[in-house]
Parts: sequence; structure tokens; C-alpha cells
Amino acid sequence: MNTLVDPRAIAMNPDAQASQWKLTWRAFRKHKLALASLVIVVLFYLIGAFAEFVAPFDPESTSSRNIYHPPQGIHLIDWGEDGSWAIRPYVQGMTIKRDPISLSATYEPDPNRKIYLSLFGQGQPYTMWGLIQSDRHLLTSADLDEAFFLLGTDRLGRDVLSRTIHGARISMSIGLMGVTLSLLIGVFLGGVSGYYGGTIDMVVQRVVELILSLPTIPIWLGLSAALPQDWSPLTRYFAITVILSLVGWTELARVVRGRFLSLRMEDFVIAARLDGGSQGRVIFRHMLPSMASHIIASVTLAIPAMIIAETALSFIGLGLTPPIISWGVLLKEAQNIRSIAQAPWLFAPGVAVCIAVLAFNFLGDGLRDAADPYTNERH
Amino acid sequence: MANESEAAALPILEIDGLVTEFATSRGAFRAVDGISLTLHRGKTLCVVGESGSGKSVMARSILQIVDQPGRIVEGSIEFNAVRGSDRVIDLAKLDPRSKIMRGIRGRDIAMIFQEPMSSLSPVHKIGDQVGEVIRLHERLSKKQAKEKTVELLRKVEIANPESAVDRYPFEFSGGMRQRAMIAMALACNPSILIADEPTTALDVTIQAEILALIRSLQTSSDMAVLFITHDMGVVAEIADEIAVMRFGKVVEQGNVFEVFAEPKHPYTQGLLQSVRDLDRPSPRRLEMRQSKPLGEARLISQKVRKEFPLSSGFLGRKKDVLIAVNDADLELLSGENFGIVGESGSGKTTLGRCLQRIYNVTSGSILYQDETGQSIDLAPLKDRELKQPWRDIRMVFQDPFASLNPRMTVGQIIAEPLVTAGGMSGKDIDARVRELLDLVGLPSSAASRYPHAFSGGQRQRISIARAIAPNPRVIIADEATSALDVSLRTQVLDLLLDLQEKLDLSFILISHDISVIRYFCDRIAVMYRGRIVETGPTEEVCSNPSHDYTRSLLSAVPVADPTKRGTMQRLRYREQA
Repeated sequence: MNTLVDPRAIAMNPDAQASQWKLTWRAFRKHKLALASLVIVVLFYLIGAFAEFVAPFDPESTSSRNIYHPPQGIHLIDWGEDGSWAIRPYVQGMTIKRDPISLSATYEPDPNRKIYLSLFGQGQPYTMWGLIQSDRHLLTSADLDEAFFLLGTDRLGRDVLSRTIHGARISMSIGLMGVTLSLLIGVFLGGVSGYYGGTIDMVVQRVVELILSLPTIPIWLGLSAALPQDWSPLTRYFAITVILSLVGWTELARVVRGRFLSLRMEDFVIAARLDGGSQGRVIFRHMLPSMASHIIASVTLAIPAMIIAETALSFIGLGLTPPIISWGVLLKEAQNIRSIAQAPWLFAPGVAVCIAVLAFNFLGDGLRDAADPYTNERH
Repeated sequence: MANESEAAALPILEIDGLVTEFATSRGAFRAVDGISLTLHRGKTLCVVGESGSGKSVMARSILQIVDQPGRIVEGSIEFNAVRGSDRVIDLAKLDPRSKIMRGIRGRDIAMIFQEPMSSLSPVHKIGDQVGEVIRLHERLSKKQAKEKTVELLRKVEIANPESAVDRYPFEFSGGMRQRAMIAMALACNPSILIADEPTTALDVTIQAEILALIRSLQTSSDMAVLFITHDMGVVAEIADEIAVMRFGKVVEQGNVFEVFAEPKHPYTQGLLQSVRDLDRPSPRRLEMRQSKPLGEARLISQKVRKEFPLSSGFLGRKKDVLIAVNDADLELLSGENFGIVGESGSGKTTLGRCLQRIYNVTSGSILYQDETGQSIDLAPLKDRELKQPWRDIRMVFQDPFASLNPRMTVGQIIAEPLVTAGGMSGKDIDARVRELLDLVGLPSSAASRYPHAFSGGQRQRISIARAIAPNPRVIIADEATSALDVSLRTQVLDLLLDLQEKLDLSFILISHDISVIRYFCDRIAVMYRGRIVETGPTEEVCSNPSHDYTRSLLSAVPVADPTKRGTMQRLRYREQA
């Protein structure tokens, strides 16, 4: 369009000066669902990181008085007996009733008991990250002796909400750790495969196909069963991440290989070679930045797969085991018909898994669409 | 009788004040901004304009097939020849998905597109695709439709139409596919044919055949043709009327002879001037050769051969090879501009890439005389040993969009060869980048921008700056101007001549465009199917070609002068098997 215009004239609009990342961000922002998902994902990680503070109770504290206590709803407005009102959040207290014949326990709301809630109040003491000692929680009951269960309790009377919040830490981070490891393996093998081609490509691709052809669940089972039983929970946790990423790197390797193959013959990569750049420089300075956005997008799509894998493994009892708290471990509690019938709130961690996985998928989609802000401009 | 001639005089299509807008994040963009045109029976209206002038959007507006989010906001398109009705219909008012619009598309107004590859479905036979149009608009049996298809293919001069109907598009060459597209367009005897750059993707020899075909079909059927092109030569060849478009507006329209003889609008004058400039040797170059005669050989290619394996047999044993470059000999003198011309698939780009040593050569030698006068054979060298030769022999690529890394600033791109060479401080490099930008006519503020902020011509300047950064002695420019509009081509070629005057440079220019070569090159090699068929001084080859292929190539180049129409006799070249 700039025909017969002074060649020195350069477009001055802000778009023209924006860098790649700015353009990507601008394209991403248009994707409202992805933006909302980003907020949710960040929120989940914050909750996981500050689990001790966000959770109202210690996830391990049991209470024989409150076994299978149902969830209590928060009431925001406190109506007085004389009709006056105040904004003062509380939950309705519940009393246990035991059937004299079957001895089964039922909870009934007790209209006379109101458990008032307070923000940043004092509660059970904890040590966060092994460093910070405190007893402040995001939400506590005003009266230290009273407990409240927004998502009910399990068979030992432990608060499901607190346990789900603590589970977020392990479940969300196992995705990150696993994907980081598969990213390293995937980018390295995929890159080598795509850049050099030929025999190396052939070998790597056959290995990828071999791994993809193996049924995943038996492989997990086999590898997990091979782990020594006397390992500490933490060692087990790392072993499980390694196992997950050893199976999970293949998809990333394929994405990276595909990008390398298509970029290798791009004019600007040939130009970089002719500029005298070493192989390392051509790969890391010129090729990798061009696919960074694509890699980020596939990583975001790989994390939910890891989360699901961890949940599945732990659910069948071969992944993480108590005392570690993860969503999969928590869901194990809901393995039998009895708990489904009696305490459906034990599925709360499952809902958390759904939300996290959906959010990651939408986020990944949005990132993938935004990854190439030039695609639209070139036509 | 009187009525009939009156009807013939009436315009068949009358566009009045057409405005087509595209909704963007920064408000509506008017791609077509108040255009008025008329189209007459049996006449050809050529719409010319450079890329982005809105000519394609205008053509698509007529059929209401503008891509989303574009839409017609104002104006009327009065169509005066709906089959079986006397009414004049305003196409702009119709719903794009209405039955009547669908009926008009393909039956009354047909369209052919630029890319014959992507406009035919690869999984259906040619006959079925052409036959589908017939069966959609006319109630014919399968057999009748097939008969009609054969007849149509014969009409567009496809050899052996009886067997061609049963072939798939990939079995056809580009020119044949475009013929099949035309057959499809003509299937229902449309009263208007819209051709959107139908020959741009084709070689000149095939372009000449397609243009001749369109012209002969038009005279036999009294069809009106709306022909969209950016090539003034094509306009001169086939137009009756011409409309020049710029920024969505028609700046000048009229009879083609008048407009070519006396362009009124400065934009048309500039456009014609740049076409005519390209039709003769650059005076700058001739002048420069007087004061600075050519030196001795700098780059010699001896029997360079490049084979590509076509299919590797079982366990990688080679079975079949494609000989892309067949024993090419050429010699580039110092200070010389050497042109390699040929059609697509002739191996000219492969030869360029072999000389640059992007590709390994199968056999032959590439002798390069370096500054000290030492002769090195580049052919057997490895990437590592090519570092110095790659600094002396540089490349400018065809696509100004793909050849610049979008993730790096212009400053970083130009500095790259300096950084990898080492030995320069950051400050020195910055100063050198500024100097280089100034040499190619860009402000130093360009260094901190990203490539996407620049137009095609400016990007090609950035490419050139990167090429000359390490003080090279040879530059291989592969179709460096073909992605640019005509008016920019001369600018870029003049820039290269400028640089040649200031620096000690030899150029190899690879192009399919004879006029570019004629303007820029001292000597020329003509390539055909991997072989160099003719080499010699440019003017000699252009005015007195010795090889039959060169003759047919030259006779096919459209001349941007409507008065010379039909005076050139076209020659066809068929290689003896």
C-alpha cells in the first residue's frame, strides 16, 4: 500500500512498534474464556502455594464428633430475633442425632446455634513452607472451639475443604514438575530429530511411536509397582513425576519436531546460517524463539493430562499414598458405594480436578490461537 | 433490430458508488471506497492496481463473496442480463445467501481465480468438477453433462478432452488447470466473466496462451470480461477499457489506447513510467560500465550438477533422481550483473542456492576468486569451512516476509553477521548498523523496530542491508523484486546499482521477469529444464536470441503498449524428445 511514498516513512502507529509478546498478549486478551481460565489457573496455584493460610483447618486434624458431617452454607445476613439485621456471616450449627435402633448418625440444623465467621482470624497453628509460623487463616470461626465445614467432613471427621485446598498443592505442582521434565526431554529429542533429520529422526520417531503404542495405565501400574515400598512419601512423589513425564514427553517431542522441520527451510533460518551463526546459535537464537509460543501452548495442554494421570494413579492406589494429600488420594475415599450414598460431598476434589483441567485446556487453546499474531497479517 | 442494438449499447453491469468495508479493531476499513464502473457486452474492462488497492474486494463484492468481516455498505451494482427476465437487478441489495444470488453466481456471472491449484478440488476428477456446474444450473442427465464437459474442455483447448475428463487435477500442469477453471466458468455461457489475476501464478509462455484463449472465447460468445491484474503488459494485451485503482478508489478510467497514450492522473503516469523504465537497460548501469569497466572472473561455475532423489527404494537405495541443475557453466566477472532467467521449475533457484552453497552440489566445481586472488573451490567444502566464503557471497531472498526473523528487531537482524564474526564492540556494531540503514535509505530509528512494522519494499531494503553488512563481493538475489509492486521494483534495483557504485560488488540476479533482467543485468543466462540453453550479453540475447526456447520466451512477454497488440508473433517451443 505504501507505493510511491517516501521509502524513509515508517509506520508510526503503536502496533508497528509492538514486540512479539505484546502482539501475542493483545490477541490472547480477545479470547475471553481463555482469559477467565488464566485467572482460575493462577488462583488455583495461589491457593496451592498458600494452602495452610487459605485452608480453615489442619487437614489432618480428626474429630470423632463430626464424622461425615454434611456441608454447611454461609449466611451473610444475620437476622436478629427482633427483626433487626446486620451483615455478619455465619453458618448454622448442626447437632448429631443417632437412630436408637440402627445407631446411624444424622445431622440436623440447630436453629439456636450460629457459628460466626471472621476473616484473618486466629485458628489452628501451622508452619508454612517449613518457615513461617502462624495461626492466622483466611477464614476462621469467631469461637475457636466451634468448627464449621463448608464442604463437609470425611470418615475421620476431617474438613474436606481444607484437604482439597492442600491437595491442590500436590496435584497442581505434579503437573508442572512432570511437564517441565517432559519439556526438557521433548524439546531436546524433538529438536535433534527435526533439525538433523535422517537416521536420527528415524530412530527418535520410532521410539516415540513405540512409547505411544504402549497402553499407558499398565505402564504406570508396572512402573509404580516397581517402586520400593519403603520409600518416603516425598521420594515417591518425585518418582511418580518422573514416571509420568517419561511417558508424557512424546507429544511435546512431536510438536517440537514438526516446528523444527518446517522452520529449517524458512528463509530467515537459512539467512541465519549464511550469516555465519554456529548450529547452536541458529537453533537457540533464531529457531527456538519462533516456536516458544507454540511450546508454551502445548505445555499448557500437557499439564491437565499430567493432573489426570496423577489422579488416576492415586485413585487406584498406586500413585501417591496417605499421608500425602492430593486430589487423587482424596478421591480414593469416595471409592465405595457407601460414601457416595452417604457423603456425596467427598467428590469435591473431583470437581476441583474438572475445573483445573478445563481451565488449563481453555487456556492452552487461547494461547495456541494467540501464538502467531502474524498469521492474520500475511493474508 | 433497433431494439437489439439498443440493448447491446446498454451496459450489462453498472456499479455505482460501491463501498465495501471491513470491520477491524480500529474501526471500519474501507477496502472499496465509492467505485463506479460500467461493463459492456463483448468488451474487456481491465482493473489495474497494486497490492492492497482493493481491486479483488471490488470483484468479490459483485458476486457477494467478500470474506468476513467485509460487507457492502453503500452503492448499487445493477445487473442487466438475468437469464429469462428483462428486469435490472441490484446485486448489492441481494442477500448473499439468497436463491437468486446463488442462481446468478456461476450461471450469469462466472469467476476464475488466481490459484488454479487451490480452486480445484484435489479428490474429484476434472470432468466431475466441470460437469457439476452444468448439472447444478441446467437439468441435464449425467451422460449429457459429460458430453457437454468434453465439448467445453475442447473449447478451452485441452488436448484429448475425452480422456482428460477422467483425470485428477494433480495430473494437470498449472496452465491446464487454469484452462479447466475457465471451462468451468464457461459451462453455463455466462454473460460476464470475472477473472481475478488468472495468469499471475503462471509462467509467461502459459500466460500468453491463456490470454489468447480468453480473447478468442470472448469474441465467439459476446461475453463481457472484468479482468483484474497488476501487470500493465497484460492490460495492454487484452483490455478495451481500463480502470486504475488506488487505495480503494478509481483514479482514472477510459479507453485503453487513450489512457496509455495520455495518462492524466499522476499515479497512472508513475505506474506507466515505471513499467516503461523496466523495458530498457538502466541508463545508470550503462553509464557506470563506461567509467568502471568489468574486471576478471570472480565466481566460476563449472559443470555444476544438482540431483534430488525422487524416491528412495527399500532400505534407502536410490532409485530415481530429478536433475534440477544439469551441468551449468557460468562465469561472473567482478563488477558485473549477471542474470539467470527461466520459468518455474527451470532450476534457476536451485542453481542460485548451489552457488551460494546452501545446497550441496552433486558434482562440478564452484571456483571463487577471493580478495587476495586465491581461487577456492566451494563445492566440496563443509558448513564450517564456508564461514569466510559465506561472508563474501551473500544472498537476498525473494519473500521479504519470510526472510526476516519476526522475533528480532531490525537492528539485531542486520547486526547478526557482524556479531557472529566477532571482533567488533557493541558500539561499533551499532554505528555500522546505522551506516548500513543509511546506505539502503532507511532512517536509523528503524533499528529498534520489528520487521512487521515495515512494508514489503522496506523489508527488502532491510534484507539488502543484512546482505551487505560483512562487506561482501558477490550478492545472489533470488527473485528479489518479484514480490514487490512494479513501482517499487525499479527503486530496489536502483538501490542495488547505487550500492554497486559505492562498493565493489558483483550481482547474480535470478528472475522469471525478462524486463527486470534487461534493466539490471549485463549478461544473461537462459535456463530451461535444468540446462543453461543460452548465455550472452543481455541486449544481444533479447534482440537476437539464438535458441528457440529463448525466442518463444521473449515472444510471450506482454508489451505494455496497446498499439503493438497483435504485432508480435508468438512462438511455441517444444523440446524434441
